[in-house]
Amino acid sequence: MSALMILWRRELSLAWAGGGGPLLACGFFLCLTVLVPLASGGDPAGLKPVAGGIAWVALAVSSILSLERLFERDFEDGTLDLLALGPAPLELAVIAKAQAQWVAVGWPLALTAPLAAITLGLPPSLAPLAALAALIGGLGFALTGALGAALALGSKRGGVLIAVVVLPLFIPPVVFGAGALERAANGLSPGPALAFLCAYVLFAGVITPFAGAAAVRNAQG
Amino acid sequence: MIAVEGLTLSRGERVLFRDLSFSAGSGEVLALTGANGAGKTSLLRALAGFLQADAGRIAFADVDPAEARTKHLHWLGHLDGLKGARRAREELTFQARWLDAGADGIAAAIDVLALEPLLDLEVRKLSAGQRRRLAFARLIAVQRPIWLLDEPLSPLDARWRAALGVLMKAHVDRGGTIIAAVHDPLPLAARALDIGPDAGVRR
Repeated sequence: MSALMILWRRELSLAWAGGGGPLLACGFFLCLTVLVPLASGGDPAGLKPVAGGIAWVALAVSSILSLERLFERDFEDGTLDLLALGPAPLELAVIAKAQAQWVAVGWPLALTAPLAAITLGLPPSLAPLAALAALIGGLGFALTGALGAALALGSKRGGVLIAVVVLPLFIPPVVFGAGALERAANGLSPGPALAFLCAYVLFAGVITPFAGAAAVRNAQG
Repeated sequence: MIAVEGLTLSRGERVLFRDLSFSAGSGEVLALTGANGAGKTSLLRALAGFLQADAGRIAFADVDPAEARTKHLHWLGHLDGLKGARRAREELTFQARWLDAGADGIAAAIDVLALEPLLDLEVRKLSAGQRRRLAFARLIAVQRPIWLLDEPLSPLDARWRAALGVLMKAHVDRGGTIIAAVHDPLPLAARALDIGPDAGVRR
């Protein structure tokens, strides 16, 4: 088993260690989507045009919750120093961490997404699409989120800083993901919106390893 | 094996030392001494490539510095890089395998450092000295010639200080180099290098 695989498995086990952080994110996601219909007066017809958008905003916010853990703890306990001295490039370590974040948090959130969509009044026939779009978007959230977490390293109030850095970067996937649901609800093919979502993931996948590794090196200095 | 020329290092506004030059060859132990805050840890971090020096050069024999850092150098700082929620075995395996250790190396490290009884415990249940032994295991599991150690013995009891002294001696006898920041003397023969604001001036 390669070094990166070992790192990936360690990240996954740490994500679930100490009280199931991913389940917390799913609970938060569902709470948000239950709150909105209640707060808006319980009129399903009025909610319908914005249901996809609200679902994606809730998904984006829930994806931020566990980002602080991603690099900050490794920074505080010295793991990042060790990661920098291995034969595997730091860029790949950043990718492994982001990928593990996707599997640990993004997958459970994608499984929760159909439930959230139905809660918000979207037709159950859209449930598979909601899950698929959340799965693709989740990888984008994990990659950009990892970059934000690396940039916030060493700052006080890192958690809030991560949210402020990352949320603007989450705008494109939220637009494309909500767009996919919107198009499908209106009987159009969600394909173009999903293609844009995939393009965003690829873009994040190219930027994050280099920018993230540079941010980690900078924090170590 | 490692040569430092005219190194100037500062943290924020404060210059730790200027124009420091020294070298440590194969089979040598260099003990960095100096007051708290004199810059021993910063010097070690600069050697390990974490810190950028303001001026000067750090050279590793005939190897490119970037390659030296990822293949020829061990770093053991104050922080063990161990996660409390994970078992000692998992953390040892991760640290060693990340540095490309084989199964033989890991088994040898467990044997030499008597880690077997600790392996199934969660790291949070280990004492500071036991954690240091666990972190030290990667130095045994993976052969790398240069060891950069920051207060390596401080949490250890007398018996393990002596035992790690034997391991460090064996490492330099094999041709390795050790640079260690210390307050207490090391349990093996070492050349002292005093770090401080006027360290460079004195030489």
